[in-house]
Amino acid sequence: MALSSPSVCQQGGIGAFWLIKHNGEPLFGFREMSKNLLIILLPLMGSLIAGLFGRKIGNRLSQLVTITGVLLSLLLSILAFMDIAVGDAPAIHEPIFKWIVSGDFYVQFGILLDRLTATMLIVVMGVSSMVHIYSIGYMHEDPDQPRFFSYLSFFTFAMLMLVTGDNFLQLFFGWEGVGLASYLLIGFWFKKQSACNAAMKAFLVNRVGDFGFALGIFVIYLIFGTLDYAEVFKAAHAIGSYPGVVDFPFVGEVSTMTLICLLLFMGAMGKSAQLGLHTWLPDAMEGPTPVSALIHAATMVTAGVFLVCRASPLFELSDTALAVVTIFGAATAFFAATVGMVQNDIKRVIAYSTCSQLGYMFFGAGVSAYAASMFHLMTHAFFKALLFLCAGAVIYAMHHEQDMRKMGGLFKKIPITYALMMIGTLALTGFPFLAGFFSKDAILESAYAAHTTVGTIAFTLGILAAAMTTFYSFRLVFMTFHGKPESQKAWDHAHEAPFSMRFPLFVLAVGAVIAGYVGLPMIGEGWFKEAIPLMPGHDALAHAHHVPLWVKVLPFGMFLLGLALAWLMYVKSTGIPKQLAARFNGTYNFLLNAWYFDKLYERMFINPAKVIGKGLWKTGDETIIDGYGVNGVAATAKRIAKKFGAIQTGFVYHYAFAMLIGVLVLVTFYS
Amino acid sequence: MLSLVTFLPLIGALVIFLIGRNRDNVARYAALTVSLLTLVVSLQIYAGFDTSIAGFQMVESKTWLPALGLSYAMGVDGISLPFILLTALLTPLCILSSWKSINKRVMEFMMAFLALESFVIGVFCALDFILFYILWEAMLIPMFLIIGVWGGPRRVYAALKFFLYTLAGSVLMLIAVLAIGLKAGTFSIPELMDAQFGYQFQIWAFLAFFIAFAVKVPMWPVHTWLPDAHVEAPTAGSVILAGILLKMGAYGFIRFSIPILPDAARFFAPMVFTLSVVAIIYTALVALMQKDLKKLIAYSSVSHMGFVTIGLFALNQQGLEGGILQMVNHGIVSGALFLLVGVIYDRMHTREIAKFGGIALRMPIYAVIFMLFTMASVGLPGTNGFVGEFLILLGAFLANKYVALFAATGVVIGAAYMLWMFKKVLFGEIHNEDVKALKEITAREVVLFVPLIVLVFWIGFYPAPFLEMMSASVGNLVEQSQVVKTIGTAAVAAVH
Repeated sequence: MALSSPSVCQQGGIGAFWLIKHNGEPLFGFREMSKNLLIILLPLMGSLIAGLFGRKIGNRLSQLVTITGVLLSLLLSILAFMDIAVGDAPAIHEPIFKWIVSGDFYVQFGILLDRLTATMLIVVMGVSSMVHIYSIGYMHEDPDQPRFFSYLSFFTFAMLMLVTGDNFLQLFFGWEGVGLASYLLIGFWFKKQSACNAAMKAFLVNRVGDFGFALGIFVIYLIFGTLDYAEVFKAAHAIGSYPGVVDFPFVGEVSTMTLICLLLFMGAMGKSAQLGLHTWLPDAMEGPTPVSALIHAATMVTAGVFLVCRASPLFELSDTALAVVTIFGAATAFFAATVGMVQNDIKRVIAYSTCSQLGYMFFGAGVSAYAASMFHLMTHAFFKALLFLCAGAVIYAMHHEQDMRKMGGLFKKIPITYALMMIGTLALTGFPFLAGFFSKDAILESAYAAHTTVGTIAFTLGILAAAMTTFYSFRLVFMTFHGKPESQKAWDHAHEAPFSMRFPLFVLAVGAVIAGYVGLPMIGEGWFKEAIPLMPGHDALAHAHHVPLWVKVLPFGMFLLGLALAWLMYVKSTGIPKQLAARFNGTYNFLLNAWYFDKLYERMFINPAKVIGKGLWKTGDETIIDGYGVNGVAATAKRIAKKFGAIQTGFVYHYAFAMLIGVLVLVTFYS
Repeated sequence: MLSLVTFLPLIGALVIFLIGRNRDNVARYAALTVSLLTLVVSLQIYAGFDTSIAGFQMVESKTWLPALGLSYAMGVDGISLPFILLTALLTPLCILSSWKSINKRVMEFMMAFLALESFVIGVFCALDFILFYILWEAMLIPMFLIIGVWGGPRRVYAALKFFLYTLAGSVLMLIAVLAIGLKAGTFSIPELMDAQFGYQFQIWAFLAFFIAFAVKVPMWPVHTWLPDAHVEAPTAGSVILAGILLKMGAYGFIRFSIPILPDAARFFAPMVFTLSVVAIIYTALVALMQKDLKKLIAYSSVSHMGFVTIGLFALNQQGLEGGILQMVNHGIVSGALFLLVGVIYDRMHTREIAKFGGIALRMPIYAVIFMLFTMASVGLPGTNGFVGEFLILLGAFLANKYVALFAATGVVIGAAYMLWMFKKVLFGEIHNEDVKALKEITAREVVLFVPLIVLVFWIGFYPAPFLEMMSASVGNLVEQSQVVKTIGTAAVAAVH
């Protein structure tokens, strides 16, 4: 077989270790431990040590090992970011070793560091290291801390594999890896039935998305004959060098790019909880709060956005796919915001908020404003992680109470948390000059400036969702921190979180304040131009600066509207929500039950699967195949056997076989 | 070398017969020693194997009964070698796993196991059709005894069912073997690969083989013997059944149906695809509803083997390599899963899923190992299951997009039943007193899993050595599968 493999990095050098030689090729040869490889491997090492030896080395050492790992990794990430994103060093491409080679199929593990990846590195490592530190305090009563830290670090490793990969299959590797980590962490308290169910649901809903993703990868290979980003994008860009349509029997011709992009987007929808495949995200709040902050707010759920941005050279070639992305994103932004307005669990409110904000990122990408999406992804990571961790501090203060109706008046007891939470809330709701103000407005303005039908729809839904965002965010703040405490006893016992928990909050709060300024160049002209080349005419972002004044002011108007409503209903006259709920009972329940998606899926998929499974088993296997087939034959055989008087007729064949062998042996020796 | 690896276990069985009577421990240690020696020899074969040769190597050939056209011929290629290695690896693990759980007729059990190993390796080495057939039939006898003598309460029913299915297949296979051999005038497998056969003849011979092999795989709808056989078999029996015997049918497809009857193989590929897709989805749905742990894994085996047959009949490099690799993977993973079931069965004497729950609280190390193989079973990247499944689906996609589409849905349902099972068995609160009394997995038991865990990750992260091993032979097979052999009788005469 032709092993025409691109040569694995041949720099040679220090630290070479070859485990086994196989056919002259090193089996496991990292010829040089590059510092970029270390970014990925340090968290893995931490995870392995804490996971395998956690019981022996204890809580403290497990924390130390994993946190050291991620902090070093963060440091190296910052260095890489400085080189590539701040400095002007070219993108780095380092092959590590070949992974799967079969016939013409070749795929390797490799590192690709461009501005897109560098941005993700900062987001992932920044939040991950803060969450690691925060968890020292949050989990300090838990008996399974080494396991927890091991999972956190494993997640970090998988997420790094996802963002640094140089081909689609490695992305998929990380993609499934973070899925596993998410499954393990949602189900971390596996004694709880609800946690186990939520974990399973997350895994399975994501599998549905991955089904599309995997098929997308197959089509890419079918068309381009490779899964390497650079080669695929190069071939895709050279128009005409690939078949423009794929011919399907029965279905007919389908535009290649549209097919690929929609399949990839299906994967993105699962991971990023877009409308239809979002049902797992609210349930995922069963996991410990630091997990919600890291995985289900800041990093993993943004993987879908990253995927669309990474594959943007393909998406750029299909207006249909982009329109679909825009519509799904806008619908999700709107849907999740409506649901977020009526939830009572503090974490669920933030979960729906995340879902909604991811919708913004998608419709931003859908109008080709990928840079604005990435910008919002980054700012969102900071303020949403901050919000979740603050919520964690509230839950911690309330001794693991999450129902906001049982809280109230907490600002006197935990003023620092209150202040930090307020920063996060203002950043999220787009208060001028905080992080969200820049990034969310950039997306909304781009949607407007796209001047397409879907763009306008997205802009409208986005504006409505912005008002609702402010409403539910301040509703959360007012219900927990303002008013009178619902339970005096719980209020009396409420206390501020320890320093290990407060420190990450401060860091993230600084991020929530300044990320908007710091990141602003990201949406400037050409910053992403190598990582995300745009098609001519796809210039919504460039035109975003020239939108009419009312478009620029409208989001702030929505902010004021939402704030006023929240203040009216949850501070001024607190009786209104109950009256509204009673008056519009149907609507209220519709929203409370998140548009009944769970019920629908249960009736459409889960119950039928059970009925069919049981039917196939009892009727198919036992009645038809065994009943008429096997046992029928057996019974007939028995009847015949009785007639002939030999009960064990069935074994005659083997007697005959034994005789045949005997004869053969005899003939062999005497012939 | 090949004769040595084949007959070493059989000789070992005879030695045990001579020295092991009423000395259970002697029998155990002797069997373990012999199986480990066999493993060493098989690794020697691997070391001496040249991956650049597509055809058979280390060939041993002796005329046996020239009057009947029989010869004793053995050889390996990149397709049979992985299975020889797998057999040699799994047998000592089976013997170790039976160390304490088999207490009656220990000597006979060990003999049966070694004899089984001998015949199975022989099947993979045989280059003569009749020799192959004899060993193929012979291996059923020890398997039959292992289920029938050391099995559970319904062992006689299970053994009988197993037997009935096999009987139908064996008779047809014998007819096909004789017909092909007599028509071509030789029973030598390498020569048969070049022999010409008419189209009609190929169709009939393929169908006869197909039934024989489909029962062994097992493919839907001739799979119902497997759940019963697994449930009644002792742990080691299940491991070897899932790990090795299930590979026989698919090996038959690779060794005979595809290269000897390529026109028929291409003609019937859509049928195989259809049955495989049905198997994948049907048995996955059935697995979802199982109450018995072993039955669930048995049904999952049928589903996974559906992927394998799809890969093989994709008739391209990726599909075939994926299929063969996935056979090995399935041997490793379902073997490990049955061993894991055995571990709690030894402690609780039940396999009912509802009786478990919360085991992770009592046996955390066990839970980690279980999780690992669960993930390998659902094909998570980084584990061996992913590489195999991915290559199969890729190959299938290149051959027929719809097959890949439908087969891929099995990946979703597959995750559903495995995770559901895992949740029910290991997670949750403890509600059964017996679970409370459980003790953590012992060092002896952990040892069983170590080599399998290593392989899960090795193949998951660095499958190159395994794929390279089979690459040349598979490339050859792909070429053979494209040959048009229906030139007619003139060519057959030429062979004469």
